[in-house]
Amino acid sequence: MDLSSAQFTSIFNFATEQGRTLVDLLYLNLWICLGFLVTVAGLLIFGIIKYRHRPGDGEPDQTEGSTTLEIIWTAIPLVIFLYLGWLTFSVMGIVYPPAGKRQPDITVIGHQFWWEYRYPKSGVVTANELYLPLGSDLMLEIRGADVIHSFWVPGFGQKMDAIPGHPNNLFLKPIREGLFLGQCAEYCGSQHSLMRIMANVVSPKEFEAWTKSQAKVPAPPTDKTALHGRELFMSRTCIQCHSIAGTCATAQVAPDLTHIADRKTIGAGVIANNLENLTEWIMDPQQFKPGSLMPNMRLTKSEAHDIAFYLENLK
Amino acid sequence: MTDAARPHQTFNWLADIPEYHGLWSWVSSIDHKQIGIMYILSALGFFLAGLTLALIMRIQLMVPMNHFVSQDAYNQIFTMHGTTMVFLVGMPLLFGFAVYLTPLMIGARDMAFPRLNAMGFWIFFFGALLLYFSFVGGGAPAAGWFSYAPLTEKGFLSNPGIDYWALSLLVMGIGSVATGINLITTVLTLRAPGMSLQRVPLFVWMILTTGILVALSLPALNAAIVMILFDRLLNTHFFSPAHGGSAILWQNYFWFFGHPEVYILILPGFGVVTEVIPVFSRKTLYGASFMAASTVAIGFLSFGVWMHHMFTTGLGFWTLYIFALSSLLIAVPTGVKVWTWLATMWGGSLRFTTAMLFATAFIIQFTIGGLSGVIQAVIPLDWQLTDSYFIVAHIHYVLLGGMLFAMISGIYYWYPKVTGRMLSERIGKWHFWLMVLGFNGTFLVMHLLGAFGMPRRVWTYPYGMPMVSAMNFFSTLSAFVLAFSIGLFFWNMAYSFIKGKIAGDNPWDAWTLEWACSSPPPPENFDRLPPVRSRRPLWDLTHPPEDSGRKPGGQL
Repeated sequence: MDLSSAQFTSIFNFATEQGRTLVDLLYLNLWICLGFLVTVAGLLIFGIIKYRHRPGDGEPDQTEGSTTLEIIWTAIPLVIFLYLGWLTFSVMGIVYPPAGKRQPDITVIGHQFWWEYRYPKSGVVTANELYLPLGSDLMLEIRGADVIHSFWVPGFGQKMDAIPGHPNNLFLKPIREGLFLGQCAEYCGSQHSLMRIMANVVSPKEFEAWTKSQAKVPAPPTDKTALHGRELFMSRTCIQCHSIAGTCATAQVAPDLTHIADRKTIGAGVIANNLENLTEWIMDPQQFKPGSLMPNMRLTKSEAHDIAFYLENLK
Repeated sequence: MTDAARPHQTFNWLADIPEYHGLWSWVSSIDHKQIGIMYILSALGFFLAGLTLALIMRIQLMVPMNHFVSQDAYNQIFTMHGTTMVFLVGMPLLFGFAVYLTPLMIGARDMAFPRLNAMGFWIFFFGALLLYFSFVGGGAPAAGWFSYAPLTEKGFLSNPGIDYWALSLLVMGIGSVATGINLITTVLTLRAPGMSLQRVPLFVWMILTTGILVALSLPALNAAIVMILFDRLLNTHFFSPAHGGSAILWQNYFWFFGHPEVYILILPGFGVVTEVIPVFSRKTLYGASFMAASTVAIGFLSFGVWMHHMFTTGLGFWTLYIFALSSLLIAVPTGVKVWTWLATMWGGSLRFTTAMLFATAFIIQFTIGGLSGVIQAVIPLDWQLTDSYFIVAHIHYVLLGGMLFAMISGIYYWYPKVTGRMLSERIGKWHFWLMVLGFNGTFLVMHLLGAFGMPRRVWTYPYGMPMVSAMNFFSTLSAFVLAFSIGLFFWNMAYSFIKGKIAGDNPWDAWTLEWACSSPPPPENFDRLPPVRSRRPLWDLTHPPEDSGRKPGGQL
């Protein structure tokens, strides 16, 4: 899969207001910790050089301790750590405000082993590739469908666990456009490492256009191959798990395929989305993603090709 | 000086003691020294297994999209690596040190409950074998050493791996509680005449605290494991949200055990370093009462920080915030220890034997691990860095660079006492420098890997991440240096057992009671004990307090 268009993945390469706040806090904390480390290492190295045993040295003085010094080296770290406690308090208040009665802008649902995104305000449902408008204050609701996952895009700042039965909130205000990569951060089973997140921050105008195109029902196929593909899709077990708007496929177990042709990848970022790959994927998903919950449907190559052809026209 | 303490017949090699001849004498033994040796040998054996698993992981992660092992095999391997290193290496290693040394250090004949002691070891040993049997018994566990629900439910992992994991940890957990209680009782009731609690060596203080933590925290894990077994075998739904259970409940149980567990593992390491540094600085411990008090403070606080493993579960502002404060607070008594070790070395006459080298490296590496913990205690930063390779670096700096370095220091220090032979200092120094290089090379870059977005427990990572690939490659190469240094260590222990210099009773000119008996100690430990008037009874024999004009050691 081609990740070359993505931004460099790093917590320091932040894309949201929250990410910036956390990096500022991290720098401050790192300086404090470096201060401690340099003090300890400096004293130790100086001590090693100065007090190394040399032949002819007598027995050293048996100092028992000094209560004053001991109180000082307990009190100074205590004050510094309490200061960090205060910073924790204030930054938490900024990046994790109380949600109150606010409705989420996007619901993120972690599944084994893919991500579902629902935009309740426009009714758009998509998978794995997230679109966010630049500059908006967003509240994401993070849910888990089966086991615990964790939604983590390093550029966005914090991660948040997707726990079944326990919805969480994540607040984002994107400040930079681009493609930002992330992935599931809580071990969730056999395909944990291939459960990627591709988050696109786009301008509000682009976002509106994207929402509009996603919200519309794709035109029914007219091409003979696509029609055959649709017939196979509806008559085989595909519809037990997948849904496509405007058809009788309404199951919500697996990724919504309404606009699958608009996505860049298949299988939560495992391979690029094109006719050839999709055909191969439909024939045997396990070769790309062993442990994926999509079984091998034992379709012939031409059947798989027709289904893929139908799907690749869903724009 | 040790004449008073010398038994009638002495041996200078472990293999010469007639009571220890033959397999039966070991299998049926209730001698704390034999049990301690068996604990340590099993721990070292399982360490090789855990290290092998780690190397397989490092080879898999050496290059992007590698297929050295399959995803499912990798998941089993990291689960077994973590479980092995915590329960099959860390715990038996510290129990081995504790049951071997505690009676000797307090001048006792044996543990308070010698048979319970033997039970603790054998129950651990067979529990450990049960865990490894899973590899041939239907598949190893694959839910991580933390085994988060609901992934552990039968619907998600149907092979018997989790059942093996749960049963084996339950068995070992029961043995650990027994040993914990045994250690507490021993320290409280069997101290030599004159040895008040203010005069016990600091190592024994740490062991007492560890024993209390073991006895109070492991029952939480045992209870949770019974619930998980019920879920899997009797179809209950304690941890299954789909049926009204709670996924977070498991995390509360597990970390209520799991965080004290970190201190259970590290406190004996602190104890070892606290014995080694004064001896090789030729000084009494600086601020001993602060050292003891900070240990107790850590013991108390360790029960109030468990939720810092759960900051990303979204349990609410104040719930989480309280745990951020307690986690920052626990860094204060830990810091006190670091200052105390530094001040003990300050003004001393430092002798850099291999034991002292390991203790010195421990101070720096543990400080790095502690400080990355301070970063994690600040919740917003934990939200960013948790479950990434930053945490992998943190835990290894604490447990490998900290605990294991301390324990290896202890092995170099007490090996002469246990076997009667000195370890080779020449091999020891090679071992030390290669291990420092290999360890830091492997794990220092992992801090950055976390910052570059690499989550933990991933089987592979995509192409096109130049920094991530390069650092993983470097980390893997360093891991082999680390493994090679461990090879030298094992060679040193085996070679020196046969060829090592004869140690004598007190080769380091140390001052705690275990050095008053012969090396190796006879089965009955002490014939006669020297009088205990301070924390350093053997020092007092050559430094009568009235002559020196200095303050006597050991006032709390």
